Amino acid sequence: MSDEPIIKFDKVVKRFGDLTVLNELDFEVKKGEKVSIIGPSGSGKSTVLRILMTLEDINGGVVTVGGEPLWHEKGPDGSLAPASETHLRKMRTQLGMVFQQFNLFPHMTVLRNITEAPVQVLGLSKQEAKQRGEELLELVGLADQAQKYPHQLSGGQQQRVGIARALAMRPNILLFDEPTSALDPELVGEVLNVIGKLAEEHDLTMLLVTHEMRFAREVSDRVCFFDQGRIREEGAPEDLFTDPNEERTREFLQAVLDN
Amino acid sequence: MDWTQYLNPLMLGAWVTIELTIYSTVFGAILAFAAGIGKLAHNPLIKAISIGYIEIFRGTSLLVQLFWLYFALPVAGQAIGIDLRLPPVAAGVLALSLNIGAYGAEVVRGAIQSVSKEQYEAARALNFTPRQALWRVALPQAIPEMMPPFGNLAIQNLKDTALVSLISLSDLAFRAEQLRNFTQDSTTIYTLALLMYFGLALVLTAMMKLLERFVGRWRAGAR
Ligand SMILES: Nc1ncnc2c1ncn2[C@@H]1O[C@H](COP(=O)(O)OP(=O)(O)O)[C@@H](O)[C@H]1O
Ligand SMILES: [Mg+2]
Repeated sequence: MSDEPIIKFDKVVKRFGDLTVLNELDFEVKKGEKVSIIGPSGSGKSTVLRILMTLEDINGGVVTVGGEPLWHEKGPDGSLAPASETHLRKMRTQLGMVFQQFNLFPHMTVLRNITEAPVQVLGLSKQEAKQRGEELLELVGLADQAQKYPHQLSGGQQQRVGIARALAMRPNILLFDEPTSALDPELVGEVLNVIGKLAEEHDLTMLLVTHEMRFAREVSDRVCFFDQGRIREEGAPEDLFTDPNEERTREFLQAVLDN
Repeated sequence: MDWTQYLNPLMLGAWVTIELTIYSTVFGAILAFAAGIGKLAHNPLIKAISIGYIEIFRGTSLLVQLFWLYFALPVAGQAIGIDLRLPPVAAGVLALSLNIGAYGAEVVRGAIQSVSKEQYEAARALNFTPRQALWRVALPQAIPEMMPPFGNLAIQNLKDTALVSLISLSDLAFRAEQLRNFTQDSTTIYTLALLMYFGLALVLTAMMKLLERFVGRWRAGAR
């Protein structure tokens, strides 16, 4: 883990109409760091990931990814102008996202779900993409499911395909938005196992929004507790989970653990 | 005259009706895709042209469109010194295609918009261009949705072809009218014509069902 931040939110403001979801949020992630984001529903956790994945724009402040502004472009005089689609496309190559509802392409086989973007977007040959796809399926334990369609798989298997699909684009940063929240309890473990395996990768930066507190504690270097669009408290998992400073954090953890 | 003697001329007419239906349905489907996708375009000019086309052809009667193309267009062309006279077949196919294309465009647009936002987001996260997202992600899911309404439009189109007899194209309706003038045997002739249209509609429905099943494989029973 190096010290330079690979992700930086600098006084980022995000509004939906009258609702201010992020109010001058400051947030940094170091290269290779595994960060868990916890917090009550509606506190802006997904919004942070969606801004990074360029699915939501921002209303103020600056987001920096890999040293470059994400939603802005630097003009020749150093001033910041709103990003063009070309700039966003370039920036997006650093990021991958795993969705709560998987969002697999239902009309493509499992393998095709994984190879389509590498072929169409990165320009890999079909052969290369297939080989990489099969390796990734091996990694997520689904080597024998390549020719099936998503609806023929269990939720846990579908989410593992979702992870393989994101990895196929070779991102430096992987975003997980509640990857196990849509799963039946007995299928959560197989997905967490895969994510845990990825967390051992030194170079991969991971941002994980989750309600799986035990897992967050195991895999993360740092845990951030979000509340009303701010980071209310953050720290090493062993500190934050066992002895939080803030009353709000304590209440939240109590409520989650009681469930 | 024995009713079997009507069969030959009616069959000749039915063949013209089949040709008109096939040409105008295929050409109309292409127009439907162009205008349906065009209506969703970000480019304001393409969007305006698509909306203008759809609204004009949905908002006016097919009969007037047909007469306009066949009778008015050549006169308008003459005024500016261009020969815009169309053979009856061309005028018929054009009017029918433009008409079905306008209704079909709304089907295409609706089906594309019914593809969930999440699918577009997944495509964007994987860095597909908007065009790749449309062709590789949205359309393969939208096309099966279009099939039942397209089937209805094709049947509607088959029935609408009868209007072209009014610009002297010898389709099934034209032949029937001709025979009736000649023999005054309205009951037999129109009963036969009715049955033939019905038979054609059955065949067309079966073909659309096959097509529906074929493109349905793309989504492989999902949902
Ligand atoms: N597209 C949107 N339009 C309007 N409000 C939204 C939209 N997306 C999110 N919100 C609102 O923003 C707030 C934060 O949402 P989100 O980031 O999804 O929270 P979390 O993931 O922590 O549950 C919520 O109040 C939510 O209703
Ligand atoms: Mg959320």
